[in-house]
Amino acid sequence: MSRREIAKVIPGLPHDAEGPVFREPWEAQAFAMALALHGRGLFTWPEWAATLAAEIRNAQEAGDPDTGETYYRHWLNALERLVAEKGVADAKTLARYYDAWDHAADRTPHGAPIELRPDDFK
Amino acid sequence: MTAHDHNHDHDDEHGSELSETQLRVRALETILTEKGYVDPAALDAIVETYETRIGPRNGAVVVAKAWTDPAFRQALLSDATKAVATLGHVSKVGDHLVAVENTPERHNMIVCTLCSCYPWEVLGLPPVWYKSAPYRSRAVKDPRGVLADFGVELPKATEIRVWDSTAETRFLVLPMRPAGTEGWSEERLADLVTRDSMIGTGLARKPGELAQ
Repeated sequence: MSRREIAKVIPGLPHDAEGPVFREPWEAQAFAMALALHGRGLFTWPEWAATLAAEIRNAQEAGDPDTGETYYRHWLNALERLVAEKGVADAKTLARYYDAWDHAADRTPHGAPIELRPDDFK
Repeated sequence: MTAHDHNHDHDDEHGSELSETQLRVRALETILTEKGYVDPAALDAIVETYETRIGPRNGAVVVAKAWTDPAFRQALLSDATKAVATLGHVSKVGDHLVAVENTPERHNMIVCTLCSCYPWEVLGLPPVWYKSAPYRSRAVKDPRGVLADFGVELPKATEIRVWDSTAETRFLVLPMRPAGTEGWSEERLADLVTRDSMIGTGLARKPGELAQ
């Protein structure tokens, strides 16, 4: 099925030659979180754009080829940074939940939905 | 904040594995949900909206209307935010949308050199190349070369103007209406309007280029 044929089947789906706009579900989740937090007034759009721009610059300086594939990684970095700056969750809290999810994944049989339980926090 | 030093002892035979990025996203979402900052159902709705409901099609409708309705065209060029809002499109991010019109004398192209700001409410989500450093830097330095990469060759006399988006101001290119479309309906015209033609890295399709 060609790109144009797909577009006819699903009108308005923003595909391009390189595939869908989100390559993995987490990219969509990260995208939505920024919009939701902005909608809630946690930060202004200029604040967001400045933070994202800074993260992109950092990544480039660290050798990221910045070809667009890593865009949502920068996006996620910006999100974590703003969430910390706004006092919602500091790096320590983020790390604690990160470890808990990691633990939940480890104990979940392959293929089953991974869910977080209180005992995942050690 | 990407450096997480963990000594994983995964048992891939039995357990599941989430990538570092997936773990970070899940951690963030759980915290934000627990603190009441986000609602997972609302997040899904945002994704659904941007993935399927909003797309270049919205922009195409705007352009086709501007081609057929002189009053709308005028309104679009003087205040695109307002004109687009009259069509019932959402505009949640960024303050200003500015429409820039292509003419035989001037071709417009949009870029965001800093962070890939994009007129989401009319074009959906940006393509990968729009977010890439090569596009972001070359669009400004060598717009004609970038256009050539996209297969677009303009007359030498046509000036190319590149607009750098910001968090406050984003741009939408109003491409030229192709010849041979006199009397066409807005709906038919909208099929000629490609995403790239509204970014300025392409032109509107000619009637003969429409898939039969």
